[in-house]
Amino acid sequence: MSVTALPPSSGPVIPGSVEPVDDFYRRLMRERWFPVAALLVAFLILVILTNQFDAVALTAPGTFRQMLILGSPILLAGLGGLYCERAGIVNIGLEGMMTLGTWFAAWGGIQWGPWAGLGFGIVGGAMGGLLHAIATVGFGVDHIVSGVAINILAPGITRYLSSKTFAQPATETAVGGGSISTSPSVSGETVDVTVPFLSGGDLFGWKTPNILGWIEEKDWYYISDLAGALRGITTAIPLLVVLAIALVPLTAWLLWRTPFGLRLRSAGENPFAADSLGVRVYRFQTIACLASGGCAGFGGAMLVLETTGNYKENQVAGRGFIGLAALIFGNWRPTGVLAGAGLFGYADGIARRDLDGKSVRGLVLFLAVCALIGVLILLARRMVTAAAVTAMLAGLMILWFFATDEIPEELVFITAPVLTLVVLVVAGRSLRPPKYDGYVWRRGESG
Amino acid sequence: MTASRRLLYAVAAPVIALIVTLIITSIVILISGANPLDAFSNMIDYSTRARGVTSIINQATPLFIAGVAVAIGFQMNLFNIGVEGQYRLAGLIAAWAGAQIAWPAPFHVLFIIVVAMVVGSLWAGIAGVLKVTRNVNEVISTIMLNQIAFGVILWLFNDFLREEGGEGLAAHTKQIPRSGWMPSIDPIVEFFGIDLPGGRSAIYGFVLIAIALGAFYWIALTRTRFGFDLRASGLNPNAALTSGVNPKRMVVITMLMSGAIAGLIGLPTLMGNTRFYDEAFPAGLGFDGIAVALLGQYHPIGMAVGALLFGFLDYSSGGLQLADIEPEVVAIMKGTIMLCSVIAFTVVRRKAAAAEVRDAARQMDEHRGGRPTTAVPSEAPA
Repeated sequence: MSVTALPPSSGPVIPGSVEPVDDFYRRLMRERWFPVAALLVAFLILVILTNQFDAVALTAPGTFRQMLILGSPILLAGLGGLYCERAGIVNIGLEGMMTLGTWFAAWGGIQWGPWAGLGFGIVGGAMGGLLHAIATVGFGVDHIVSGVAINILAPGITRYLSSKTFAQPATETAVGGGSISTSPSVSGETVDVTVPFLSGGDLFGWKTPNILGWIEEKDWYYISDLAGALRGITTAIPLLVVLAIALVPLTAWLLWRTPFGLRLRSAGENPFAADSLGVRVYRFQTIACLASGGCAGFGGAMLVLETTGNYKENQVAGRGFIGLAALIFGNWRPTGVLAGAGLFGYADGIARRDLDGKSVRGLVLFLAVCALIGVLILLARRMVTAAAVTAMLAGLMILWFFATDEIPEELVFITAPVLTLVVLVVAGRSLRPPKYDGYVWRRGESG
Repeated sequence: MTASRRLLYAVAAPVIALIVTLIITSIVILISGANPLDAFSNMIDYSTRARGVTSIINQATPLFIAGVAVAIGFQMNLFNIGVEGQYRLAGLIAAWAGAQIAWPAPFHVLFIIVVAMVVGSLWAGIAGVLKVTRNVNEVISTIMLNQIAFGVILWLFNDFLREEGGEGLAAHTKQIPRSGWMPSIDPIVEFFGIDLPGGRSAIYGFVLIAIALGAFYWIALTRTRFGFDLRASGLNPNAALTSGVNPKRMVVITMLMSGAIAGLIGLPTLMGNTRFYDEAFPAGLGFDGIAVALLGQYHPIGMAVGALLFGFLDYSSGGLQLADIEPEVVAIMKGTIMLCSVIAFTVVRRKAAAAEVRDAARQMDEHRGGRPTTAVPSEAPA
């Protein structure tokens, strides 16, 4: 893939040359309180829709808990993609690396408990990352080709390994008693965390008051719903999910606040310049691939340890690709990846909790309202074509909303890829991938 | 570069890849506690029976088509990762549409083929249009379109197109009437005096279409203006642009063609065997097609060999089972062959390029020595 094929970066902002309105939005979005305010407004819209259209799952506390659990594997895949692509290596092998993570997590987890499973999952994924590094960094193979190869190879490896282990009869010393496509369950529980005071978690054996639960029961419009949502994301959250989310600030610090991160990103922004300054580009790209595979493997382990409790063939089911979607949606930034994974996990959570199809219908209207707000912003920024496209999409969604009583859940799973395409179409020019993302750089060869 | 050295470079990579793959697989089989030589001879024995040959050809046919669909885009550095979604969506809609009519046989068959090609082409065309109008990278858009296609297929199938299967049968679309079946080429094979075992071997008639497709692909690529433009765009986009190739038009046309061919991938099975779409409709052929295209380096003969190799590996896993070796070894072999061969091709290509530069430099020196008066650049181009 040549560099020129990627979406172009928006040029540097020269002070004074920007439209005043544009400038206003730019500054607004930089404010620290902006994301919080945006979330509060979005939640208000959700509350209104819930009450108006009987879409219970939209604001149910359980949906938000599911959002975290279902979104975490996507988040981890996205962070995996982030490490790799920041160093200039495109990684579409995330799917395969997650698959390796699922098998190794189950194999380790069955024998030595869930924490060992997590470790094995990370190592398994990192081995996939190592393979990608050997091919792309070591031999200069095209990144896309190597990624496809890993995606083909990984299910083969796990299937073979399963036939040697899970499909065998269980003995004292060996894992077995499952089948080639499913492993026995991982024994032992992982820890769930409930925040003290806010949601009534234990503190040194003392049961603290449940403040959010108390507000929730008051039935105050919006306030109680908000408390419920917060209770949903602070009650009985698996520790693994907390770890996954903690990786977001950790990654942001590592990549943007340390010399290591600067060097890693310089390999992705301009390997020639980095090399001329003495940065060992190959070494950083290799480390990035390993970290990428490790994150993806963590994501696979999460699926095994938190979602199903055992290894199932094909259980990754495209989440590696959705992680890639979160990466693009999040503009190659850790917080952006978190937002993307949260949104995709939220949509997934609704689909799983929605019994009558009404909440999925509500989700469509919610996305339409968001799109209309987007139209206003785009118009203010004089991006007329993008505004027109967005308005058309919003119109279609509103039409769809009023034309049906329920929306089938199969279509919820296309939310992530559809939104990613929409973002690429509407805001593609504001996205800023690393400049040499996907470029096969060879030391000593001229560009 | 001399012709013999060119041939050496073309053959070196696949041979190296095959040797490395055999070594890696042997190690895996040894770890399993079996003799690799036994395993390989079992695989070959099992597959060279007539029934095996038929099955391998039948499996290779869709793989070859998939390879061509991928290769046509790769020729101009256009990565159509979305072949998977394109052919599965095309297969579902063609299966449904084909069951709605009962035209005379040739027209009915043609109708199903056209429907599949149009669906595949439109789905791929989205990525092409997004690339030229909004500069959306086709790798990303086709990956996303794959995910969307899988959701849409489930929805269409579950909510609209399926019929309940009756005793013990899974739900599937309505069966295509007999006029829409693709006849087997067994009579032709028998005409040439080759015996087929058991009467019901049924080599897909689609083999002929696949061969024609391969020929068409090669002629279009090497003997037409379009093919020249396509290869030029891949080798040097700037030079192509200067010589009057419209890059946007090329992207859209190539994507439409790639998708149209992708639409055919599911048809050999659909029209030659199952005659309806159900959840067992072959999956993964789009990604395997990428492997086949890379193995064959986009050359039709090479891709045919790659497709037959993959078909052989799939079928010969039965032979491994007879020798008490996990048939899943084959899945590892497929992935390893692909990874090893792309590495081998990359390394050999780099070596060849370096050799070419050396050759040019040497010729330049000789040239200078022979006719010193001519103005020549003092340094060989790197």
